[in-house]
Amino acid sequence: MTHADVEDLLLRELAPQVLGTLVRRYARFDICEDAVQEALLAATRQWAERGVPADPRAWLITVAQRRLVDELRSERARRRREETAATRIPPGQLVAPAPGDERAEEDDTLTLLFLCAHPALSPPSQVALTLRAVGGLTTAEVARAFLVPEATIAQRISRGKQRIKASGIPFSLPAEPEREERLRVVLQVLYLIFNEGYTATYGPHLQRSELTAEAIRLTRILRRLLPEEGEVAGLLALMLLTDARRPARNRPDGSLVPLAEQDRSRWNRQLIDEGLALVTDTLSRKPVGPYQLQAAIAAVHAEAARAEDTDWPQILALYELLERIAPNPIVTLNRSVALAMVRGPHAGLGLLKTLDRDDKVAQHHRLHAIRAHLHELAGDPAAARDSYQTAARLTTSVPEQRYLESRAARLRG
Amino acid sequence: MRYIGLIHNNPEAWQALSQAERDEHDRDADAFLRMVTESGELLGGAVVLAHPSQAKTVRVRNGQPAITDGPFAEGKEHLAGYYVLECDSIERATDIVTHDPSARYFAVEVRPIMHMTASDL
Repeated sequence: MTHADVEDLLLRELAPQVLGTLVRRYARFDICEDAVQEALLAATRQWAERGVPADPRAWLITVAQRRLVDELRSERARRRREETAATRIPPGQLVAPAPGDERAEEDDTLTLLFLCAHPALSPPSQVALTLRAVGGLTTAEVARAFLVPEATIAQRISRGKQRIKASGIPFSLPAEPEREERLRVVLQVLYLIFNEGYTATYGPHLQRSELTAEAIRLTRILRRLLPEEGEVAGLLALMLLTDARRPARNRPDGSLVPLAEQDRSRWNRQLIDEGLALVTDTLSRKPVGPYQLQAAIAAVHAEAARAEDTDWPQILALYELLERIAPNPIVTLNRSVALAMVRGPHAGLGLLKTLDRDDKVAQHHRLHAIRAHLHELAGDPAAARDSYQTAARLTTSVPEQRYLESRAARLRG
Repeated sequence: MRYIGLIHNNPEAWQALSQAERDEHDRDADAFLRMVTESGELLGGAVVLAHPSQAKTVRVRNGQPAITDGPFAEGKEHLAGYYVLECDSIERATDIVTHDPSARYFAVEVRPIMHMTASDL
């Protein structure tokens, strides 16, 4: 890690703490968040020149508070209020607080995660705001990572903040039963961020893998804050076990390598060990949720030294369980692969047939890609080729299309 | 997911509109772009293309460039402009496009944009 990386990490760890301190003091999440963002940008510029201050947290709070006061003043000016109505913050208070108790800071991070996942916000706003307010990323960094113009990300963030303001959402943790539902959204937001980084095959690699790392970092924080939540540990394990395969999932030219053909010696052993330990721990907690089960499935794959050693009966059992607690056509699709590996390709093809009735799934390339694979296993290359071609036509992913076209071409003649 | 909205129109049909209709189109187009910008679903801005008579079409054959005047597609309709939307589904994209006055006066083709990401196989 370079000096700049260490500073960057420090800034991002401090970002939600500083924001939490400000919001607890001045309410007004919307302008506090802008002030913290500006303080982070100022820190990036100034710390590089003058070095990290002795108390970086206090420095950030002071700078952010100054921006906040400026903003409140100009807001007042905009409203043409009387000059005599002094700003809400007496200048004497413009000093950093005594090192606050850590409990409050940790609660702040959790509260911020829950706030950014508020259902009044659209998923793109939830994602952008989480990365900025909790992750401490700049708007430009979020925009680069998502390959979206900066103005669009700025718009999603300000729209999200307007919604929070308009809904009058308090800066506190929601009570049950809302808390459980909100935690589900927090996990969903983190998983979205992870997938955005993980599914990138080539293109601006660096920024994309940063998203994966950021999702893992935030999920680790969440796990530390909520150690008893099985699904949080489940999601973290799922991310680690998935990310472990990254070194083996693309050829140097960027083309995809399917799981069964990956060079497993290239999988990241450290991530696998950590993921496996988490899975073992989390499966002992009840009730078991969808992330824990998906992590358990990833763990079975990770434990097989070679593709042919995979414990398919166990994977099938896990998919059956997953389908029972979280029914979803994509889970059924994946179960058909496991079923085919246990009871033969025709059993899998039979299960796929039940999905044809669902218009949405029938138009999904994955249904046809799996059907093609099972036809291939069943020794029916003509049917396999047709299905690969259908799948290639339906996908919107260039690398997937290249892969599907190459499978179809291999079966020609 | 990203979708492109391709505005197809006929320059003669545009010329045939009254001044009031053209003003209304422009007002509604502004309102439409404001709406999708505020929702965070428009990526960048809309692109409006010059008259098709200004187009040149480039072909390279056997290493030799051949540049001809006029648009690639022959016919009365031409590509007049486009914009890129980012939203959940093609249903949402077509729903957004129903607010574009170009869909009312002409036609807007909505198509998914290919991306470079891929899930595990």
